[in-house]
Amino acid sequence: MRYAFLALLARQPAHGYELKQALENAFGPLWPPLNAGQIYTTLARLERDGLVQSHDVPQAGRPGKRVYELTPQGRQALQVWVAESTTGPRLKDEFFMKVILARLSGVAQPPALIERQRREYLQSLRDLDNLAASLPPDGDPAAALFIEGAILRLQADLKWLDLCEDRLIANR
Amino acid sequence: MNPILMTKSLSKTYHPNGAAVRALREVDLALAPGEFVTVMGPSGCGKSTLLHLSGGLDRPTSGEVYLNGARVDTLSEAGWAVLRRRQVGFVFQFFNLIGNLTVADNVELPALLAGASSNEARRRRQALLADLSITDKADIVPSQLSGGEQQRVALARALINQPAVLLADEPTGNLDSQSSAEVLALLQRMNVQGQAILLVTHDARVASVANRVIYMRDGQVKDEIRIEKGRDPQAVLASIVQLEV
Repeated sequence: MRYAFLALLARQPAHGYELKQALENAFGPLWPPLNAGQIYTTLARLERDGLVQSHDVPQAGRPGKRVYELTPQGRQALQVWVAESTTGPRLKDEFFMKVILARLSGVAQPPALIERQRREYLQSLRDLDNLAASLPPDGDPAAALFIEGAILRLQADLKWLDLCEDRLIANR
Repeated sequence: MNPILMTKSLSKTYHPNGAAVRALREVDLALAPGEFVTVMGPSGCGKSTLLHLSGGLDRPTSGEVYLNGARVDTLSEAGWAVLRRRQVGFVFQFFNLIGNLTVADNVELPALLAGASSNEARRRRQALLADLSITDKADIVPSQLSGGEQQRVALARALINQPAVLLADEPTGNLDSQSSAEVLALLQRMNVQGQAILLVTHDARVASVANRVIYMRDGQVKDEIRIEKGRDPQAVLASIVQLEV
């Protein structure tokens, strides 16, 4: 969330609620629900680290609101993060472990595991297709692209199940 | 409910280079009225053979095919020709439209061949083109249409005789993703209106639009998967990909 806030503040100064709204606009259903506590904790840490600074703006008849803006260090931290190539694990696949360990230990038969997982993936494809179809056609493309990415991964997972059948199951 | 289409122990063996290739091995299939079933599997699994045998485009080596309760695999070619006109609609990957006929004539032709009056054929064609949002294309030839539009014309042609079953062989295989989604949405809508559909595809995403997916491998049915409607798609999404937040 740190870099999302830095990126939003790179456009213009904003208060906490504006940041929450901007995140929801940009990511739609993808971003987990945010509560005010998380937002202000993150902003306080960014301020402590010198990446943002804030000041109170008085409002007539209401409590003032705190407006945050990016510092030069904050802008630099954002640029360094964006420019870095993205490494780290792309997949965390428990099913892969199950197939290999089931085969190794004999506690379950890979064909049954593969069949069950194919059902799961197909149902997930349908669910994501429904989610993609429910997005407004003129909305921001970010959510649709994220869902398409998930669908492509599922299609690859299904092909991989076929490979498992070819290579792990004798006498097919 | 009696199946609209049923196969019993359906088998097909080819002899391309002398050696026997068992393309289909004793497949039992039943499609209920109003059902949307997809057959999925890698190339060579026998799914297209199953579709072709079901629609009388090819003859089984052994086994039986029933349409609306009547046995049809024993029909002569002439008998099949009549049946295909009235009971079976086909959609293929390559749209197979007649290039020198207008869209309207392409769609009306099977109705006229089946004995409908020209008024009746026109009435049904107009209703279908409106339903598929291609009314404005009626008087042009297929080559002036996009792929997605051509497949809609092919769909109208397949449905003009109100077939008992629509057989679709990779109907989105030659379309971009946008047109593909549109054609699938139309098929789903036709199914909601009561059209029974059997669709074969190698694409899991296409297969998942059905109520039931038949998974084939090596000429045999390996699994049947019922697709449900009521899961929370956002939870599914989060189970596959998460933003690094």
